Amino acid sequence: MKVNDLILQTTTTLLTFIILIFSVYLFFAGHYTPGGGFIGGLMTSAALVLLLLAFDKKTVQKALPFNYLSIAAVGLMISIITGVIALFFDVPFLTHTFGYVELPLLGETALTSTLPFDLGVYLVVVGIAMTIIQTIGESE
Amino acid sequence: MSLIHLVILSPFLLAILVPFAHKYFKSIHTGWFVFVLPLVLFIYFLQFLSTTMNGETYTSTMKWIPSIGIDFVVYLDGLGLLFALLITGIGALVVLYSIYYLSKEKEALNTFYVYLLMFMGAMLGVVLSDNLLVMYSFWELTSISSFLLISYWYHREKSRYGAQKSMLITVFGGLAMLAGIILLYLMTGSFSIRENIANVDVITSHELFVPALLLFLLGAFTKSAQFPFHIWLPDAMEAPTPVSAYLHSATMVKAGIYLVARMSPVFAGAPEWFWLVSGFGIVTLFWGSFSAVKQTDLKAILAFSTVSQLGLIMSLLGIGSAAAHYDYIGENAYTIATLAAVFHLINHATFKGSLFMVVGIVDHETGTRDIRKLGGLMNLMPITFTLAIIGAFSMAGLPPFNGFLSKEMFFTGMLQATEISAWNMETLGMIFPVLAWVASVFTFIYSMVLVFKTFTGKYQPEKLDKKPHEAPIGMLIPPIILASLVVIFGFFPMLLKGVIEPALYSILPSNVLSVEVKIYHWHGFNTELFMTIGVILVGVLLYLTVAKWGKIYDWFPQRLTLNRLYDGGLVALDRGSSAFTKSHMTGFIRDYLVMIFGFMIILLGVLLFSTDAFNVNLTNVAPAGIYEVILALVMVISAVTILFVKSRLAAIIALGAVGYSMSLFFVLFRAPDLALTQLVIETVSVALFLLCFYHLPELSKKMDRLRFKVTNFIISLGVGLIVIFIGLSVNSSKLFESISSYFEAASYKEAGGKNMVNVILVDFRGFDTLFEIAVLTIAAFGIYAMIKLRLADKKGGVKGESK
Repeated sequence: MKVNDLILQTTTTLLTFIILIFSVYLFFAGHYTPGGGFIGGLMTSAALVLLLLAFDKKTVQKALPFNYLSIAAVGLMISIITGVIALFFDVPFLTHTFGYVELPLLGETALTSTLPFDLGVYLVVVGIAMTIIQTIGESE
Repeated sequence: MSLIHLVILSPFLLAILVPFAHKYFKSIHTGWFVFVLPLVLFIYFLQFLSTTMNGETYTSTMKWIPSIGIDFVVYLDGLGLLFALLITGIGALVVLYSIYYLSKEKEALNTFYVYLLMFMGAMLGVVLSDNLLVMYSFWELTSISSFLLISYWYHREKSRYGAQKSMLITVFGGLAMLAGIILLYLMTGSFSIRENIANVDVITSHELFVPALLLFLLGAFTKSAQFPFHIWLPDAMEAPTPVSAYLHSATMVKAGIYLVARMSPVFAGAPEWFWLVSGFGIVTLFWGSFSAVKQTDLKAILAFSTVSQLGLIMSLLGIGSAAAHYDYIGENAYTIATLAAVFHLINHATFKGSLFMVVGIVDHETGTRDIRKLGGLMNLMPITFTLAIIGAFSMAGLPPFNGFLSKEMFFTGMLQATEISAWNMETLGMIFPVLAWVASVFTFIYSMVLVFKTFTGKYQPEKLDKKPHEAPIGMLIPPIILASLVVIFGFFPMLLKGVIEPALYSILPSNVLSVEVKIYHWHGFNTELFMTIGVILVGVLLYLTVAKWGKIYDWFPQRLTLNRLYDGGLVALDRGSSAFTKSHMTGFIRDYLVMIFGFMIILLGVLLFSTDAFNVNLTNVAPAGIYEVILALVMVISAVTILFVKSRLAAIIALGAVGYSMSLFFVLFRAPDLALTQLVIETVSVALFLLCFYHLPELSKKMDRLRFKVTNFIISLGVGLIVIFIGLSVNSSKLFESISSYFEAASYKEAGGKNMVNVILVDFRGFDTLFEIAVLTIAAFGIYAMIKLRLADKKGGVKGESK
């Protein structure tokens, strides 16, 4: 796409950040309010798709030099490892736990082992969505 | 998770690291990293010797799926320990050997060692699992990893053929065994081997007993290459020699022996077990040794020899199972066969392992394994020659090597078969010692062929690709260790008492009170000794005259071999299934959609109306508000628009409108999670649609044909109606309380989350999610590979990814 759309590009640069921050919020809020790894990941990919639509692939690749296939693979690994860790505590694979911890700045915070699992889901969703869109988008 | 679980899984963990070691330590042969592991594991398992020698066992449980009784239970008894020691001990030697056998520069070492470690871990899992389903998983993993190892040189057609053959046959057997496991579960309600053994009375009297027995034996016979399933083993010799030495002599093929030994306490009470195990064993013994004599490839000789030796062990286990039919065994009458089986199992691993390594050395140093080209290597390779003599003489059952001792005991066991006072064994039993003796003669002949055709006779350097010389010392150490064991066990067989006795206790029925292992060299002038002398005399005579009588092998009709049957069956299967597939696979996605939706209409519609499940009850229906009506109208209008627009772009936009309205419905019905997901998915998928817009074909003219339109109309109408019917019926007839109340109650209490949807996704149904993202990742890799590779191909560039 070689369109030079000034309005789209200017708003996109700003909007992408807002969407990205919102997606991160969604990801963390997921355990208590709507959101989670899947939606957060999709939202992030939507922001990146917006970038791809406004700019060409090369510019985006330069700004965000990620290999999305590896992101998906890393995400999958994180999820699997989260499940495996449970085995070391003598409970079945993928058993989760949670608790409340006093953290600096944040005060009392709920922490759960589903968070790293969800992080894996998040990364996989971003990775595959972007891989598919990029490979299909660039084929001629 | 305890240490022993970690030990079983450690090969898999190391396998993850192997590619990195291969990449970052290029100057060091990857095998050295791998070599340490089996060595450490061997020492670790040695510690358990004192446990099993005291008659104790070691158990450790790791929860896997406790709700349906599937846990990873490690059960280490004498039999398991014996196999674990073989797997790690021979494994260490094979890895050491492979370091010198496989060139660092030429071979893809990372994949080789990953497969080998996978195999090692799987094998340990098979012999140490108490849970049958866990054992089955490891069992199939050995099939898969051996498939990968046999096809290691995958550019050779024969390697691929051999790998496929072994996979098809052993996996077929494995699936049969799975059915057997399920039958056992139906009988006793337990997957635990120990519990099944404890419930042996229930099993024996059950009507499913014989089918289960047959299915288990299918698994064992295919794995252990028993006649007529032995055909895969010679073809598996296409694997690199270290693999052959490991998988096809010392470990994988012995998994079948292990299974028979392990399940003996469950099944041995049945005459069927006795007949099948000993019968197939003795036939395999004879046929394998008979076929080995005509081979000209050294590895093929060894392959058939392995087949026959596995038959030997199998037949001994069969005869030994007769012990289960007597309440009191005077002077261990029928246990000696089992003792011989276990003893020969160890001996076979030592001499066959060393022989495979010797053949590998010959192959490596001369470039050929064909005995017609070889000869006179004795002076050039004196150490290898000595090793070959030790291994082959032990295999032939000559004193003073360990093979002699177990062969004598084998004869004793076979002679005792004639004394069993049941099942007409007084007359029929003569078959066993006769076949055993004839097979031993052939064993003697091929053992001699192996040594003397290779190392003596005329040296023919013009037929060899390389100038032969003695192998490097690293390659010699493993066979030297094995050959020394052959000699040591030959002179001091009682060293093995501590290993054999506990193993016997695991195999023999509990009514055998005590077994004492006594192995002597000199047991007087008895029938067994005269049989051995006869074997040697007749064997020497036949070996010297093999050129004259060897022609009988040509008489066999080539058209009637089992291999022809296998190949023909494969071709027929291929043709048949491709004809069947072509009859309904058109390659057009719209045809598939017609089939899928048509099937759905017929199945659901017929089911719904035939079971009277269709039920509309409008009393509980909430009134439709103004928003819902508007949204529904928008959806209907956009759906209808799709049908009538002429351009694809408009169709996509209309489809998007349907999706967005749907997500607004979710908002109205207070499902914010779904609404969010639907919105973002809709956005991304519309963007994706637009991206591949250019590649889509024009809306084709075919779609305008009347027949096409009518079919589509019927199908879409049908699907719509069925879905509406189902929706209404579901709402009208609530048979059970909705599951959502459970999640409402449990999601905060058990998972600490207030968002039910998220808790279900990541916690209650975490497995689902994990596999979903795994599938998605694989799909992404697939799309990437498909498009990128096709692009690279079209450009005429290098195949592979274009960065």
